[in-house]
Amino acid sequence: MKTLEMSLVIARKELQSLFFSPLAWTVLAIVQFILAWIFLVQLDAFAETQSQYAMYQRTPPGVGDLIVAPLLSTASFVMLMVVPLLTMRLIAEEKRSGTIALLRSAPVSTTGIVLGKFIALLVFLALLVLLLGAMPLSLLAGADLDLGRLAAGMLGLFLVAAAFASAGLFMSTLTRQPVVAAISTFGLLLLLWLINAAGGETDTLTSWLSLLEHYQAMLRGVFATGDLVYYLVVITVFLAFSVRRLDAERLQR
Amino acid sequence: MAGEVLVSVERVWRSYGELVAVRDLNFELRRGEVLGFLGPNGAGKSSTMQMLAGSLAPSAGRIRIQGVDLLDEPGRAKAFLGYLPEQPPVYPELSVREYLRFCARLHAIPRSAVQAAMDRAMQRCGLTDVADRLIGNLSKGYQQRAGIAQAIIHEPAVVILDEPTVGLDPIQIREIRNLIHELGRDHSVILSTHILPEVQTLCSRVLIIHRGRVVYSDSMQSLDAGLGADRLVLGALRLPDEKLLANLPGVTGVEMLGGNRARLRYAADAEFPARLSVAAVDGNWGLLELTPERKTLEQVFVEFTSGDAPGAGREQAA
Repeated sequence: MKTLEMSLVIARKELQSLFFSPLAWTVLAIVQFILAWIFLVQLDAFAETQSQYAMYQRTPPGVGDLIVAPLLSTASFVMLMVVPLLTMRLIAEEKRSGTIALLRSAPVSTTGIVLGKFIALLVFLALLVLLLGAMPLSLLAGADLDLGRLAAGMLGLFLVAAAFASAGLFMSTLTRQPVVAAISTFGLLLLLWLINAAGGETDTLTSWLSLLEHYQAMLRGVFATGDLVYYLVVITVFLAFSVRRLDAERLQR
Repeated sequence: MAGEVLVSVERVWRSYGELVAVRDLNFELRRGEVLGFLGPNGAGKSSTMQMLAGSLAPSAGRIRIQGVDLLDEPGRAKAFLGYLPEQPPVYPELSVREYLRFCARLHAIPRSAVQAAMDRAMQRCGLTDVADRLIGNLSKGYQQRAGIAQAIIHEPAVVILDEPTVGLDPIQIREIRNLIHELGRDHSVILSTHILPEVQTLCSRVLIIHRGRVVYSDSMQSLDAGLGADRLVLGALRLPDEKLLANLPGVTGVEMLGGNRARLRYAADAEFPARLSVAAVDGNWGLLELTPERKTLEQVFVEFTSGDAPGAGREQAA
């Protein structure tokens, strides 16, 4: 497994670069701040409405519906905006500064390079999701929390973010300008996010393609193989595109 | 020199769409040789270097590094290669030590040997003092050295250096030249540069490429011998007049330079300078100077990359 070993070397360096720059810390801090705000707002609303719900329904909606789901739903939208900033540099910057030559002349396959970059992003995104998960977990102190559903939601968020990252990585292979990569990633993700708006409720193809549809099932606590496969397919396709694109550059320009 | 062949390039072509950058390139490089790779800008030099380093695939032909085909088994072949591109491939946000550790691991040096390899590379390239500084804060010269350190950290059989002394101060240039000279002993080195004296002092062979073709390829020794002295400058306190000099046996032409100096052309004859000095002593000329004038590499370079090649003049005027 030489490719994997090499990609771990690259991933390690990538994380080093990420955490030596202010970018990673800024992203962590701002995302945490915004989501904490949402969390507190939801918590406040929950406390106010709880007594009213209790009058009408035998099983009032719990913290899972009223706090965790909206929080994770907002989080996915924040990811949509943040991930392009994290992925934009990955390849574009290497091309611009010429360091790509170092990777290409080293005994590393293109797959190894792409995987390494992707693994580094996964580690960072996992950190982001785990920090986020700490907020709902704090509710355990005073409320019943469906841990299975929270886990499904967090895993869903991680998968969504990973799919974003693979798309961003691909966009980063297309240009030498990180900013162009960021903007085009953002556009692409927004399109994939909202593609189901075109067909309405009945159109199954566009809603199957939409990143949003599959995520919402997971937020409800439904962890279906189909949704998992969907994200894995998206990730694999974009990573394969990236590898193809980098190889093509070597062959013909 | 009969060292093993480390690099063999066979019938390599490279085109970018319509434009043919490299056509039918063939050469071999043996262990212990330093190859100077010359050519005007846009001649296909960088394309060739990139192909040798595996970062660009040839359109046709074969490149083998230590017998391993670079296209069939890139992983194995690249392990024998160290490459310094024109722009040093350094990450400004890393310190020299972190950068070299990454490069060492990238070249599959086992974890236990990384530290030793890093120390050796830093020491050879004079980076020990700046080991913990961020590369982005270092001067161009030090960044260049970090780039060279990266290329030799895994002790590759073949080192490819694309203009390694650009941006260095004279002392650093001397150090880097010494380093290249040292590398040339047990590795083979391919050196691309525009500084011709550098090639003359460092290289054992020269390859001049022009418009994608090899127009000149020879060892430095035969360059020296073949184009050797057929002219010399004579300086003397009581320099004889032109007529007397022209009548000396073997002299084919005389040009008076003023200031008691004259340039003599003579038929190729190794004995001529010796005979001339005897004549000078016998005639009591008061000999001051006797300097053989060699055809310099620069003259060869200009000769092969301008006048003769068809259509070359047009491109250079542009």
